[in-house]
Amino acid sequence: MSLKRTDVLLCCGSGCVSAGALKLKEKLLQEIVKRGLSDEINIIETGCMGPCDYGPVMMVYPEGVFYKKVALTDVEELVEEHFMKGRPIKRLMVQESEEVYPTKKEIPFYQLQEKVALKNCGLINPEKIEEYIATGGYEALGKVLTEMKPADVIQIIKDSGLRGRGGAGFPTAMKWKFVYDQKNDEKYVICNGDEGDPGAFMDRSLLEGDPHKILEGMMIAAYAVGAKKGFFYIRAEYPLAIKRIKIAIEQSKKYGFLGEAIFDSDFAFDAEVRTGAGAFVCGEETALIASLEGKRGHPVLKPPYPAISGLWNKPTLVNNVETLANLSAIIINGADWFSKMGTETSKGTKVFALTGDLNNTGLVEVPMGITLKDLIYKVGGGISEGKKFKAVQLGGPSGGCLMDEHLSVQIDYESLQQKGAMMGSGGVIVMDDSNCMVNVAKFFLEFSVEESCGKCTPCRVGLREMYLILDRITKGEGKPEDLDKLEKLGKTVKELSLCGLGQSAPNPVLSTIRYFRKEYEEHIFNKRCEAKVCPDLVHFLIDKDKCLGCGLCAQKCPAKCIIGSREEKYEIVQTDCVKCSTCVEVCPVNVIEKLSGQFDASPKQEFKKYADLYE
Amino acid sequence: MKTLEELRKIREKAQNEMKMRNSESRVKVVVGMGTSGIALGARDVMKAILDEVSNRKLTDVLVTQTGEKGLSSMEPVVDVIEKGKPKITYGNVTPENARKIVVEHIVNGKVVSDLVVATKND
Repeated sequence: MSLKRTDVLLCCGSGCVSAGALKLKEKLLQEIVKRGLSDEINIIETGCMGPCDYGPVMMVYPEGVFYKKVALTDVEELVEEHFMKGRPIKRLMVQESEEVYPTKKEIPFYQLQEKVALKNCGLINPEKIEEYIATGGYEALGKVLTEMKPADVIQIIKDSGLRGRGGAGFPTAMKWKFVYDQKNDEKYVICNGDEGDPGAFMDRSLLEGDPHKILEGMMIAAYAVGAKKGFFYIRAEYPLAIKRIKIAIEQSKKYGFLGEAIFDSDFAFDAEVRTGAGAFVCGEETALIASLEGKRGHPVLKPPYPAISGLWNKPTLVNNVETLANLSAIIINGADWFSKMGTETSKGTKVFALTGDLNNTGLVEVPMGITLKDLIYKVGGGISEGKKFKAVQLGGPSGGCLMDEHLSVQIDYESLQQKGAMMGSGGVIVMDDSNCMVNVAKFFLEFSVEESCGKCTPCRVGLREMYLILDRITKGEGKPEDLDKLEKLGKTVKELSLCGLGQSAPNPVLSTIRYFRKEYEEHIFNKRCEAKVCPDLVHFLIDKDKCLGCGLCAQKCPAKCIIGSREEKYEIVQTDCVKCSTCVEVCPVNVIEKLSGQFDASPKQEFKKYADLYE
Repeated sequence: MKTLEELRKIREKAQNEMKMRNSESRVKVVVGMGTSGIALGARDVMKAILDEVSNRKLTDVLVTQTGEKGLSSMEPVVDVIEKGKPKITYGNVTPENARKIVVEHIVNGKVVSDLVVATKND
């Protein structure tokens, strides 16, 4: 029998792993062995706990103490004081202005969150099926197989109001019904784990943190539509997610959740993992199916929809990871429980990856209908470094930018669409006032240009054309007609592209023009970048009156364009400056300034000085 | 996997393994683990308690530790906290006494009065 008295849950989501969680685990184990505590303390790797900014994080049970930013040098003290003597270490707890939050439930970051899909994430060991079962896992599958008909399952999902979490928000039950109605012995279910938005990591965290839940969801969906085989399509950039799902499949085979006559019913099911090569377009379902079949990942014309003719021309259900993660909870708790959360048209919760200039970045799950303000300020903890909020990009390269006047907007599929953004898969990038919106639009567009598969001319050529215009604008070569041209091109690309990539790729540009037109005009007409981001629209100046003449800037300047001497003081040869900011950083007296706008090269003032002398 | 009963059996067993992550427990046993406590054998006392609890498969008992309690002359000190009952503090606990406390107090519900040094209402 075990003498275990403490469970240490160590977050091993990718965020904490890059912050050093694995090294931490090694050191913890060493220290525990050293003190002879190995029989008493469990070190458990879990999936993402959410507050990635605090990483590496851990929770120590039975007290439930939550530690953040645990360094290797803290381990000795932690084992000695807390594990050995039972004195939790205050300085490693979450603290905000004098207030100390010892456990998870007190931490403000978690206050407004409602965890459905992420319920077990960070609380169980994702590589142990028993821990998933302990949380009630596979009960929903058992219930569905022993007590319900496929049509009943579809009905309960319909009543719950669940909509696809991949981005477009198509009603899940309706999609199921299309597949269910097909008379065919061979049908497939695909889990779309091809998450590609920059800054998005919801699906990855779910697959890594609670793989059995996704597998169970897939089986419930398969039973409902009459499929016997499922595929997890996961991008190769997610090796840990792939490993965890593979382990989950192995373990459920052992327990007989996968195989023949599951729960003594007629239902038989098998699942496999397929890895994608990382093309963004393969998140689109027809391209995904082509890729799964071993072909080039190109989207095809719909209809026929995959529900009618999908994988190997058989009826196929493609559901997003998060959609599948919601299913077991709906089956167990009922449709009413689910539909009580959220707004009129958007039910339940949504997982978001909060990133950008926020105090608390990380993985969060909130009820639909929460305002952007609450999401950014209460959950996200507000803008970091005391700066001002400027914009938020929702839905990645397919979504749009919203500004401060939209902070009261409720997050649901329709409200966001109406404002020119979109739910997307759930990436939320918050930007402070040091961001240039033209540059932001250019960044997302560059991504879409790279990821366009090239099939449709409007997307392939149109997006590149738009990119070139934006590039010109950021270089100070914008023309007065550029904005109209961008809008026209954007609309054309949206209308004439075959798949979701092209149909949504112009959104970041169109929405920033809509809400930040002034900023574009500043760039085009005044050749100024207020945020001082675009290198060609800023310049540097040394205040000669205050310059010490130490010459450090001249020494460090990579372009060797700072000239002068101790007596004469220093100045920048503007034509040679590469705008690297090194001089600003090294100046010991901070007299070098980065200024918005191009350097006024006309020697007017100099001439005037001499002209004055002549007079 | 054939029936829901089979699943539930596995679940019960698994939940027992994870009970520490659940704050709901009937009895909480807190061992004073300050420097003087450890010097006087608190570690062995705790091991004895853990061993007894796990041998008897007591799933609703939580064993944890705390720092110096101030009763240095009576170390090792053990608190037994039951919901809705006064906190009982035992002093000068040896591993043998500790096993007795588990059996008499936690299992049979009878306070081992000759070892009690304090009783405190919340």
